[in-house]
Amino acid sequence: MSQHVPMHEGLFTWPSSKPQLLGSRCNQCSEATFPAQPDCRNCGSRDTDIVELGDRGTLWTWTIQTFMPKQPYHSDETAETFRPYGVGYVEMPGGVRVEARLQANSPEDLQIGMPMQLDIIPFRTEENGEQKMTFSFSPVMET
Amino acid sequence: MDVAIIGIGLHRFGRSPDMTGMQQGASAVRAALTDAGLSWQDMQFAYGGSQDAGNADALVNELGLTGLQFTNIWNGCATGGSSLHAAYSAIKSGEYDVGVVVGFDKHPRGAFNPQPKEWGLDDWYGETGLMLTTQFFALKTQRYMHDHGITEDALIRVSEKAFNNGSLTPTAWRQQAFSYEEIANSAMVSHPLRKYMFCSPAEGGAALIICNADKAHQYSTNPLFLKAAAVRTRHYGSFEVFAPSQAMTVADAPTVTASNAAFEVAGIGPEDIDVIQLQDTDSGTEIMHMAENGFCDHGEQEKLLREGATGINGRMPINTDGGCLANGEPVGASGLRQVYEVCVQLRGEGGARQVPNQPKVGYTHVYGAPGISGVNIITK
Repeated sequence: MSQHVPMHEGLFTWPSSKPQLLGSRCNQCSEATFPAQPDCRNCGSRDTDIVELGDRGTLWTWTIQTFMPKQPYHSDETAETFRPYGVGYVEMPGGVRVEARLQANSPEDLQIGMPMQLDIIPFRTEENGEQKMTFSFSPVMET
Repeated sequence: MDVAIIGIGLHRFGRSPDMTGMQQGASAVRAALTDAGLSWQDMQFAYGGSQDAGNADALVNELGLTGLQFTNIWNGCATGGSSLHAAYSAIKSGEYDVGVVVGFDKHPRGAFNPQPKEWGLDDWYGETGLMLTTQFFALKTQRYMHDHGITEDALIRVSEKAFNNGSLTPTAWRQQAFSYEEIANSAMVSHPLRKYMFCSPAEGGAALIICNADKAHQYSTNPLFLKAAAVRTRHYGSFEVFAPSQAMTVADAPTVTASNAAFEVAGIGPEDIDVIQLQDTDSGTEIMHMAENGFCDHGEQEKLLREGATGINGRMPINTDGGCLANGEPVGASGLRQVYEVCVQLRGEGGARQVPNQPKVGYTHVYGAPGISGVNIITK
């Protein structure tokens, strides 16, 4: 069985049955940022803690990446297999807007203000068989 | 002490397959020196920058090893603005009387591919496809249109004007005007921005000879004056390129603070400007920059564009040479190309694209990653 490894440590809780995005919050000014960093970009304090930002949010803006980016983009795709992907900023309950890939890639499926949910998805497979996982959002399905 | 511009030079933007980027920079410097009636040996200092075509100070190998102070500048797409500001400060300080500002570049074809490490970011950000300037400007434009009631009509009209102005500019790279329909039907690249709404990385060079204004008339019969030069970086909360997250409250862009600072130094306001150059790496950014620089209210752009207010014969002519859209963007040179064009207009040498009624005050604005703006105000 392949191993599921995050693209980068500390972006989201992993492994987890209900993963959450991780960021940092300043204990002086309360501002949050993603990814977590030891210093606050608002007030310059170094008194920050890593916090969960949540797993749902609302779409603040979006676009669709229609062409395959050059390096440093590093997926498993080729020019032939490249599939356009959505990109957006998602407003999180933790108090910050996070830039992310979106699973929806058609303008009909994306609208500012729509509810979004976090998905941790396989992004590429390494030579040793490890699957690198990244965070992404998709529109919350109507129930 | 005031600062004068006494020479301007351009190596045509576009593609110069037989020349290196550095040679295109040297070509621009030679043109500016000829325009000023001076020689390289007269230059006491130089500031210059390039992204992909080598260290600017290596230009001395082409121009002459005279021993002058030559400082390299690198501030992303705002490099030209930062170089000119450094030269402005050098003259203002009284240390030097005359020097050169130069920018040049030669980029590979296709979109830029910045590397996360150079911008203080981790590799995952680039590897997962979030680090593209085209993507950012689409995201910012999308939100701006939503907040301020701008429609695709405005995006199309910016491009239509740019390529029309390019068709009137002998030095422009893109000399072909496109119809409204051709732009509206061009391929979608990053919603809401289409193919003919983006500029391309290009090649070229631009140079200015600047001097202490008290001595300008020794050198030139038609000096122009750099009344203000301001460069500002982003504040917490401004919505900028290469940002994995944004604060919940959007703060003013660095363009707003640089613009305010420049107007304050010059002692004039947006209503006093006769000819304007704004960073227009895509049509959405020109729209946003119109308001961020104080030339209109947010949301007013749609009406202004429909009325033709930003055309060459309009009341606020913007990007009279076609801007980045028609000239492409050689990063190191682009901000100086804007100043070159304003100088051409103030001298009345614009030919088919000349702004009527003898413009007297010009304005340039350049924007670069990761949130830097440079503004200049130039007068007769």
